[in-house]
Amino acid sequence: MAEIPVATTEDRDILCVEGLSLSFGGLAALTAVDLSVRAGSITGIIGPNGAGKTSLLNCISGFYKPQSGRVSFDGRDVSRVAPDRRAALGIGRTFQNVALFEGMSVLDNVKLGAHARLRSGILATMAMTPGARREEMRLREEVENEVLDFLEMEHLRHRTVGSLAYGLQKRVDLARALAMRPRVLLLDEPVAGMNEEETEDMARFILDVQEERGVTVVLIEHDMGVVMDLCDRIAVLSFGERIALGTPAEIACHPEVIRAYLGEEAA
Amino acid sequence: MSEGLVHLLQLLVSGVVTGGIYALVAMGFVVVYKATHVINFATGEFMMLGAFFAWTAMSALSAPFAVALVAALLASALLGMATERLVLRPLLGQRTISVIMVTIGLAAIFKGLAQIVWSGDYRSYPAIFPRAPIALGPLLLPSRQFYPFLIALAAIALVGLGFRFTRTGTAMRATADDQMAAFGMGIDIRRVFSLSWSLAAMTAAVAGVVVGIIGGISPQLGAIGLRTFPVVILGGLDSIGGALLGGVVIGVLENLAGGYVDPLLDGASLKEVVPFVVLVLTLMVRPYGLFGTREVERL
Amino acid sequence: MLIGNYKETYAADEAILRTPATRVWTVVALGAALAFPFLAGDYLLYLVNLMGVLAIGALGLNILIGFTGQISLGHAAFMGIGAYGTAILASRFGLPFWITIPAGGALACAGGMVVGVPSLRVKGLYLAIATLAAQVILEWVFTNWTSVTGGIRGINVAPASILGFPLDTDTRIYFLILGVAVLHFVLATNLRRSRWGRAFVAVRDRDVAAEIVGVNLFRTKILSFMVSSYYAGIAGGLWVYFTKVLTPENFPLSLSIQFLAIVIVGGLGSIPGTVYGTVFMTLVPEMLKAGTGLVRGVWPDAQSYLFPLRDVVFGLLIVVFLIFEPHGLAEVWNRVKRFFSLWPFAK
Repeated sequence: MAEIPVATTEDRDILCVEGLSLSFGGLAALTAVDLSVRAGSITGIIGPNGAGKTSLLNCISGFYKPQSGRVSFDGRDVSRVAPDRRAALGIGRTFQNVALFEGMSVLDNVKLGAHARLRSGILATMAMTPGARREEMRLREEVENEVLDFLEMEHLRHRTVGSLAYGLQKRVDLARALAMRPRVLLLDEPVAGMNEEETEDMARFILDVQEERGVTVVLIEHDMGVVMDLCDRIAVLSFGERIALGTPAEIACHPEVIRAYLGEEAA
Repeated sequence: MSEGLVHLLQLLVSGVVTGGIYALVAMGFVVVYKATHVINFATGEFMMLGAFFAWTAMSALSAPFAVALVAALLASALLGMATERLVLRPLLGQRTISVIMVTIGLAAIFKGLAQIVWSGDYRSYPAIFPRAPIALGPLLLPSRQFYPFLIALAAIALVGLGFRFTRTGTAMRATADDQMAAFGMGIDIRRVFSLSWSLAAMTAAVAGVVVGIIGGISPQLGAIGLRTFPVVILGGLDSIGGALLGGVVIGVLENLAGGYVDPLLDGASLKEVVPFVVLVLTLMVRPYGLFGTREVERL
Repeated sequence: MLIGNYKETYAADEAILRTPATRVWTVVALGAALAFPFLAGDYLLYLVNLMGVLAIGALGLNILIGFTGQISLGHAAFMGIGAYGTAILASRFGLPFWITIPAGGALACAGGMVVGVPSLRVKGLYLAIATLAAQVILEWVFTNWTSVTGGIRGINVAPASILGFPLDTDTRIYFLILGVAVLHFVLATNLRRSRWGRAFVAVRDRDVAAEIVGVNLFRTKILSFMVSSYYAGIAGGLWVYFTKVLTPENFPLSLSIQFLAIVIVGGLGSIPGTVYGTVFMTLVPEMLKAGTGLVRGVWPDAQSYLFPLRDVVFGLLIVVFLIFEPHGLAEVWNRVKRFFSLWPFAK
């Protein structure tokens, strides 16, 4: 297997969360959470419901403003950067309950992911100047080749998103995130609600994204099989605190994790 | 006391009277906004209909004022409930802008219907209160401003206290804070919505009667409803205290403009636009108003 | 279902007129539009000119409400800004229409920015209220800034002219209105299919998700509002050359609400729906007029209820369409088309 080129985890943190605390009206959602993510790795975040996993992703993508702590991306403090600018910097994201634009076609949803890296001004697009037209056609080719072909969904391009089955909608959500050409991809329960076949497809896509494109992946998932298979490192959250961090093997036998999380399933 | 000072006091007093009415209308508005997050653009038309209901009871059925007022309140409550049931409930869960646009449609319907039923003529209530003006120190307040103002104050107190201290009021405030949580506590949200709309319609009706007594009744009376938007934005969309203060501030400012600036303008009336200028300034300087809460949205 | 509609290239798939049938129909429609003024009677021509002007304004409002999900209640006032801008440049400076109309549009667009920036910073709802304030304040300015607007006496404007050829009849102005309208419908169609059109719809559908995939909400909303105001301004400029006299009462709140009704009845977010809505809503008062004429024998006063009746019908249409047919006439028309494209093989 050694001759197959495999993206190696670099010895460098691309994403760093330090001392992050977040509360809603006095109710703590996250307490002094630290997390560093190696470039090129797949990091899993697990924990019982309400542990603050999605809140953590929301802080990273800038949707929540934590009361204290900082988020840095590629060595730069982005704590004060607006969500859309973080997206432009290379933080991509999918959503737990697929937050797609339901009235739009699959193609338009995916194209929207590229919004921040397109340059045409609004007047140019209205007049459809040669430059704007060229950019749009180049985008179309890119989206077809890099995303739709890759995720095996060319046949769905003109379908309205609202008319697709849930599993496919989750795939569109991933497609939109890939169109952002992210350097870090945050996935919020990518296989939730999927059947076994869909789950396997999605796991394969995630691995391909990391191996072929060198995208760093951070994922929240309840499916422990997927987490153990995919992740290089796993962080465990419980009641807003990070109670463990380690390789899948370390996490599987970590006493506190077993008590806080796996114990719950065993019971 | 100098003539200038008396003039100023006179303006301040009529400003407070106007402000009291604004505050009353604004309260009905805030109640609906708090409970349902809908901006009700038909508020002024609810006022106008309330005023006509009372007028019809008094002039056609020659009912005494108190009876006419109660009748107008009942009719308005029914109208508010019917509006919620027939027009707003089918849109529950739709985007807020659909609901807002529906209230604009309602306003047009109410205004047109009123013009058809009562014609576009100006009417006034038969004499209700003693005619003698009320002396406040050196000032003379016309009775047709003084008594309606008392009614407005009483209504404000009633609505404010009810919202604060009754069970229904508590349910409304809980729904306003967190719909899902309120639902989980066993509060019937649909009932709360229905009550909010009828309460808003009744508050508007009282305000309509008050305005009608002061300045006469016509289908155009609802235009005052539009002038309450600046009041609620200044006060903060979801603050009852803000509605009170905002009402008085704007009422006083527009009367001062009317008293001091308008005579200098050649036929133009700055008074007409003062509330809206305040609105624009508020949005620029303090967009959530004096007491409004910043919204925290969740994914 | 389109069959035999296979695309060889992405470019063909991205074209506006994607099928031979749509191309043929487009040519037919353009031919009919060019022949129309020579066949139609005076009154019909007047109505169609009016529809042309209103349709441009309504399209602007549809870009704001239908695409982006924001409300303006001051659309008529922004049309007024464009109209006064155009009229003043034309009457005082003698500039030609091809400068004054775009300048009116630009002025309205700038007005949109002034109103939009403070309110869109806050929350979408505030735009509705800020534009209401703009409507009231602008109407006041049109009436009272006599030295510039001519107050209630208004401004008279000479007809537009092309190379000394005056567009002084309804037939001649028709071609100007048609040209400007077609141009602006094409611009809007391009917009809808571009990165900005997608961003508008994304903000409407799910603003939070849009922001997290890289759309700046504030910039997108303000751009949409500025485009919308620009369209209103262009409609205002055409209005000036169409009526040749401009007074403050041309742009009341009720016109803003009429625009709203056009957009809702026609179909929120639908470009062709804007045309259906405009035609329908312009014909409603005509039908009411005809109706009250018919019942004059039994109900002699009917005529005097025309205006309130119009209010009631506009309001009812807004309410009924929002509740029962939220995608408007555009969706009704699609259903009819689907029915006939399969008929008689299916229903």
